[in-house]
Amino acid sequence: MDMFFQQLVNGLTVGSLYALIALGYTMVYGILKIINFAHGDILMIGTFIGLVLVTKFHLAFVPALLVAMLITAIMGILVERIAYRPVRTADKLIALLSALGVSIFLVNFAQLVWGTATHPFPANIGGDPIILGEVHIGILQIWALGVSLLLMAGLHLFVNHTQMGVAMRATSYNVDYARLMGINVDNIISVTFAIGSGLAAAAGILIGVYYDAVYPVMGYSAGLKAFTAAVLGGIGSIPGAMLGGLLLGVLENEGAAYLSAGYKDAIAFALLIIILLIKPTGLMGRNEQQKV
Amino acid sequence: MEHLARFTLNWRNKTATLVLLAILLVIPLLVSNEYYIHVLITLGLFVILSLSLNLVSGYTGQLSIGHAAFYGIGAYVTALLMLKLNVSFLLALPASGLVTAFFGLLLGLPTMRLAGDYLAIVTLGFGEIVRLVLLNWDKVTRGPMGLPGIPAPELGTYIFMSKTPFYYLVLVLALLTVLAMRRIVNSGFGLSLIAVSQDELAAEAVGINTLRCKISSFIISAFFAGVAGGFYAVYISFVSPDSFTFMDSIMVLEMVVLGGLASIPGSIIGAVVLGLVPELLRFMAEYRMLIFGALMVVIVIFKPDGFWSARKRTRNAIMKDLVARNMLDGKTVKPRGEVSESA
Repeated sequence: MDMFFQQLVNGLTVGSLYALIALGYTMVYGILKIINFAHGDILMIGTFIGLVLVTKFHLAFVPALLVAMLITAIMGILVERIAYRPVRTADKLIALLSALGVSIFLVNFAQLVWGTATHPFPANIGGDPIILGEVHIGILQIWALGVSLLLMAGLHLFVNHTQMGVAMRATSYNVDYARLMGINVDNIISVTFAIGSGLAAAAGILIGVYYDAVYPVMGYSAGLKAFTAAVLGGIGSIPGAMLGGLLLGVLENEGAAYLSAGYKDAIAFALLIIILLIKPTGLMGRNEQQKV
Repeated sequence: MEHLARFTLNWRNKTATLVLLAILLVIPLLVSNEYYIHVLITLGLFVILSLSLNLVSGYTGQLSIGHAAFYGIGAYVTALLMLKLNVSFLLALPASGLVTAFFGLLLGLPTMRLAGDYLAIVTLGFGEIVRLVLLNWDKVTRGPMGLPGIPAPELGTYIFMSKTPFYYLVLVLALLTVLAMRRIVNSGFGLSLIAVSQDELAAEAVGINTLRCKISSFIISAFFAGVAGGFYAVYISFVSPDSFTFMDSIMVLEMVVLGGLASIPGSIIGAVVLGLVPELLRFMAEYRMLIFGALMVVIVIFKPDGFWSARKRTRNAIMKDLVARNMLDGKTVKPRGEVSESA
């Protein structure tokens, strides 16, 4: 039973990070109906920015996190302006290709600037783990869980209780109607990309610190998992992304502990396929009936 | 008049095709540089892969981002058959196509309930699961170390020693794929695939068994990808899970989309362009992939329909075609007119 709870803690930690990243996918999808394949790589760049702020500019962890989030948010807006806005009216697959182009560009940019090696992330926020019975809860785990829950709560308040948030939900519900209501859809899309990218930077930095590893292709696996989490929860749904992330984190850790560590990721994907077959729009997705 | 125009066009196309074929046949005699031949062989593989994915994602409209899994399964089946069971290449190649086709059937089944992005994510999951099984099933696949020493193919007493026979083999395979795909998409079955991609509900309403269409296209597509994988295994003589990743699936999808969805020349052009560009950019050394990524964004912005799109074919034309072929028992189908995409 101790193993179960230990894996629950581990699962919730990575799950909360998946959720943070999944939010970026789901928010963009909710409005533009495109899968932002460059999201994982935006996360990677954000992580490197955080690393540079800590190692070269000697910022403390929290200010570095905040500044990196801000810079990455601006980068997210730029990516949308340059690569997505011109193809917004084209086929969805075209936007996907554009996103892939951005993804390849960012990975290779990072490799040119920072090399292909893995960098440690010296954040100096470690400490002795808290021990409850047999279950160890690391300080880094508390950081990861705490920061992501705080950010998610902030997003929840923003989306549900501010005018901008209402406009965002309206746009996600129906872009054309939102525009008729006088909402500046372009601005909303920019804000969406900014928030998604900022959250991704935070998640990336926490991942970098948690595993003490930052490298140019780190966005690939993190992005893939988070995307899975977003679909699991029902892509387009913000609470769905949070639920999907946490659920995926817990399930894959428990699965790895009780079944096979090597097949950890395979378990995650198998679960995803099974859940989608049972509930084709994800756990909390809107069920859209095809009508004639 | 229309017939005459079509005839001239066909004739011109045929001449162009024959000239192209002749050039392709004599290339190895003129080019002695092994590297160029190698690039051409990889282009041939890309052509088979993009054509096979085009059937599913282009014609049938089922977005698949796990195509590399079929390629990988084909490669491993050929490798294992030849290494462990000493099966000859001539048997192993079709066998890997058939085994892969079975996996195509498996991946086709979820289309019963899923479509669009949700189906895409299932194909992604499938691709990752296959890769992870190849990576972890040590006893059979040797995990990340891969399977080295796959023997060269033998045709009777002739053993493939240089790159030239491989070139001709991949040329034959690619041509067979082109011919097969042409026959498929120009048949009544092919038209029903297009109907499924345009409007599944309408297709069903005119009596097309949409599920069978979707599953069949996955099976056929997987077969060809599996054969390509089998060729890859004997050509490189080494297989490892690294060669069949998500990025490889995405590359193939890119070829299909950039070339132009639901278009055979498009898929070929897409494969050739995307296969060549990274090679042509080699002089840029470490900036190569950086430029490649930026170039992709630029191409997409300026050419959002792909190089050779067949998208202009409207649903009306397809329905008319179906009626003309007595697919619909002469019952006229009144198209619903253009439905706006954003609704």
